[in-house]
Amino acid sequence: MSSQQGAASATQGRVTPRLVEELRRVVGEENVFVEPSEVLAWECDGYTLERHPPEAVVLPASTEEVSRVMRLLHQAQVPVIPRGAGTSLSGATVPVGGGVVVSLSRMNRILKIDLENRRAVVEAGVVNLWVTRAVENDGFFFAPDPSSQGACTIGGNVATNSGGPHTLKYGVTINHILGVEMVLADGTVVELGGDVEERPGYDLAGFVIGSEGTLGIVTKAVVRLTRAPQTYRTLLAVFDTIDAATRTVSEVIRQGIIPAAVEMMDNLIIQAVEEAFHFGFPKDAAAVLIIELDGLQAGIDELSRRVQAICAQEGAREIRAARDEKERQELWKARKRAFGAIGRISPSYVTQDGVVPRTKLPDILRIIAEVGRRHGIPIANVFHAGDGNIHPILLFDDQNPDEVERVLAASDEILTACIELGGSVTGEHGIGIEKVKHVAAMYTQDDLDVMTGLREVFDPGRRLNPGKIFPSSKGCIEVKRPRPKASA
Amino acid sequence: MSTAQSQATATQSSIPLDDLRTCIHCGLCTSACPTYLKLGSELDSPRGRIYLMSAVQQGRIGWTGEVVKHLDLCLECRACETACPSGVPYGRLLEAARDEIAKAYPRPWRERLLLKVFRDTLFPYPARLRLALWPVRIAGGLIRKLSGILPDELGRMLELLPQELPDERRYRLPPVVPAAGERRYRVALLTGCVGSVLFARANWATARVLAHNGCEVVIPQDQGCCGALHLHTGASETAREFARRNLKAFPLDDVDAIIVNAAGCGSTLKEYGDMLAGDPAAGPVAERLSAKTKDISEFLSQIDLKPMTHPVPKTVAYHDACHLAHGQGIRKEPRELLAQVPGLRLVELRDAEICCGSAGIYNILQPEMAERLLDDKVDAILATGAEVVATGNPGCLMQIAKGLAGRGGKVQVVHPIEILAQAYGEALP
Ligand SMILES: Cc1cc2nc3c(=O)[nH]c(=O)nc-3n(C[C@H](O)[C@H](O)[C@H](O)COP(=O)(O)OP(=O)(O)OC[C@H]3O[C@@H](n4cnc5c(N)ncnc54)[C@H](O)[C@@H]3O)c2cc1C
Ligand code: SF4
Ligand code: SF4
Repeated sequence: MSSQQGAASATQGRVTPRLVEELRRVVGEENVFVEPSEVLAWECDGYTLERHPPEAVVLPASTEEVSRVMRLLHQAQVPVIPRGAGTSLSGATVPVGGGVVVSLSRMNRILKIDLENRRAVVEAGVVNLWVTRAVENDGFFFAPDPSSQGACTIGGNVATNSGGPHTLKYGVTINHILGVEMVLADGTVVELGGDVEERPGYDLAGFVIGSEGTLGIVTKAVVRLTRAPQTYRTLLAVFDTIDAATRTVSEVIRQGIIPAAVEMMDNLIIQAVEEAFHFGFPKDAAAVLIIELDGLQAGIDELSRRVQAICAQEGAREIRAARDEKERQELWKARKRAFGAIGRISPSYVTQDGVVPRTKLPDILRIIAEVGRRHGIPIANVFHAGDGNIHPILLFDDQNPDEVERVLAASDEILTACIELGGSVTGEHGIGIEKVKHVAAMYTQDDLDVMTGLREVFDPGRRLNPGKIFPSSKGCIEVKRPRPKASA
Repeated sequence: MSTAQSQATATQSSIPLDDLRTCIHCGLCTSACPTYLKLGSELDSPRGRIYLMSAVQQGRIGWTGEVVKHLDLCLECRACETACPSGVPYGRLLEAARDEIAKAYPRPWRERLLLKVFRDTLFPYPARLRLALWPVRIAGGLIRKLSGILPDELGRMLELLPQELPDERRYRLPPVVPAAGERRYRVALLTGCVGSVLFARANWATARVLAHNGCEVVIPQDQGCCGALHLHTGASETAREFARRNLKAFPLDDVDAIIVNAAGCGSTLKEYGDMLAGDPAAGPVAERLSAKTKDISEFLSQIDLKPMTHPVPKTVAYHDACHLAHGQGIRKEPRELLAQVPGLRLVELRDAEICCGSAGIYNILQPEMAERLLDDKVDAILATGAEVVATGNPGCLMQIAKGLAGRGGKVQVVHPIEILAQAYGEALP
């Protein structure tokens, strides 16, 4: 099952019994795993089309331990794969060339909450939602809200620059991180950015955000807390055509209204969600939009009326408003658990992630439908319509090798179409291993050289998360996709 | 891979493939899992455990000590089922896996002995449990001191016992408790195995509250252990025998509901239909029994309640028993009932839905993890300043009481129904 990607250098060191012994001395016997029957649990993440077990897994409990672990791995020249909760949808934590997984899952304490200055200091393994939970009674929240927020970690959010439904108004992770503490490949601990809003010089913390574990292991982050809006209006608009729904999105934004979120679900995903959660979505609708407005009490009802008028004008057949916070929460729960609900109607799926200019949404949705038909792969759509971030979900059976091939081909065609429409191959899930080959299509060799040059400043040996983000210097190496064993 | 491993893989797996394949490896369940939160290891997370089961299924690995260890550490609290968007029936998977382990993995003698003593000999049989406990009644404190030198597990069990065993005679229930006033319902009560001995008071309170609300309460005399312990520890065949016995004992046609006040037993009774689905004779009856089973809080919130007249002016924290919250989806009913008690102030516990570490006989078999979870639970309780903590499962009651006692706490631990009984004017010495 080897899918060596050329990234791991010829001088790559091995995990020897002696190294294991030393790692155990640092983090404790029970926090190092080497048995083949154990390390296999870390061979993939939320993306299961490619798998490769690490040689060892280490679970450190402090920055100090991470630093000592990294020093040992540096001496041994062993590749390192940083990992949070392993919810990546692009295979960003798959140890394609072996190496050691360093998971931050035990570093899960919120260290400091400073409401006056609207920030918190958290360890990298803290779950995204815990931050909001810790401050919501005081009227604050942590804005980036990926659908996986109940499980994914702040470190993972930083490394993939995660977004969510509310990105439209509040921005992505990079807008909410003030600084990070990071351990470099050789074990050096650095602090980038800090707790001051603006700093002179290069924005090094910004550079780390979205780096997918290729620059260092983030151990702590200073995160910004956002004041919760006074009130919300959350609408559900039901449409008989996808076009009408996308036209509505464009029109709302054209009129200068900035909703907190605009999410779209198509018929297939509506059916899956209904099956799972019985929320009461109309099963025959072609599409529904969830539109959330937030802000001050004054004026919000007027705004809500304007949006409802636009929906009606574009042909919504029904518009509902959440009556209270409970209904609002339920609506979001249904939306956020939509990916997962797919598991009830299909044994496997791949969630694609791409971006197109918002005005091109109707085009890309047509292309997706056509690609799905041609390859005989059902495709469901649930996505952040407000910022043109699409998430086609390709349904298949991973026991069927032919279907796997077709899914991969269909995914590639959809992503290529995104680029052709002037968009990008990832909105928020990152490149991981899944999209390495599309990166070459998006950037010139010069762009790539600048990026890899920068990377080498941090990690000269390119030992951190090898095989991710960048195609190898020899050009785009075809990722050899092993046939997946089975779903898990 | 050793030869022992490959031999183990040769046996055909009985873990339902369709269930396994509902898991899409998204990882959303990890942060709900008490053992993952403590250990941070994928192997001790729901997703990882399912992955191990799949790997065994596929013949990649066998049931070796390393693998079994991670499944043993699972509390079967089913918090992962609540978190899972894909509807993975984790409890069912784990039960199948544990059955398989029981066949394929030779356990060290000590572990076998423990299961024999606690699961097969003591807990399911009220009479034997009563016998095993008699020195506690007579020698009380002395025995408790002795527990320090008794083998660890026996010591742990004794530590779990309430400081004072309730006076069983005071709380003995007749085979039929008549309704007070007009009879509106006829219900049967499961008195449980541990429950009938250690929690005679909660059973009595249950019957009294039901009677106050117009229920005639029948206590089938032939009922026995619900089978939960066996079901959860790889002996589902025995569990099915227990189930069949209860099918005979409960007069299904004559009652409106079967009332259970122990979360673990209730969720098992509700699974009888599933457990006996393959049995053409017993299956349909089991299905009906499951459909009629109601947790006491569930039943009370579905009927017209008589007003509670006696104030219980206490600050009460409610702890969600896993097999109520995750196993049966019952969260708001007990809270709403407690909130109706005059004078009572209900407070929420932080991490209310995280297991207290009791989990059947888990706290006897996996003391270290159980202890860590208990410590957190006690911290959360003490942080609320509550005078009373209420929870609807005997295991949790014992576990939490033990934890609080260890921290010199003055907090009282009760079943919510005992508070309701007081609110209906019953004296509970
Ligand atoms: C059901 C579902 C819904 C999702 N919805 C969204 C969504 O709405 N928006 C979105 O943006 N994403 C979404 N995702 C993808 C994923 O949850 C995010 O990318 C998340 O930020 C990953 O966090 P993690 O802790 O799981 O990181 P992992 O998956 O463990 O790792 C992801 C990447 O980050 C690196 N990394 C992790 N921790 C560190 C660290 N401490 N230091 C350095 N590098 C690190 C890893 O090496 C890897 O490259 C979803 C995933 C699932 C399964
Ligand atoms: S049952 Fe509880 S302990 Fe077991 S995997 Fe699920 S959440 Fe974890
Ligand atoms: S949440 Fe459900 S589908 Fe996702 S990994 Fe856990 S068990 Fe599998």
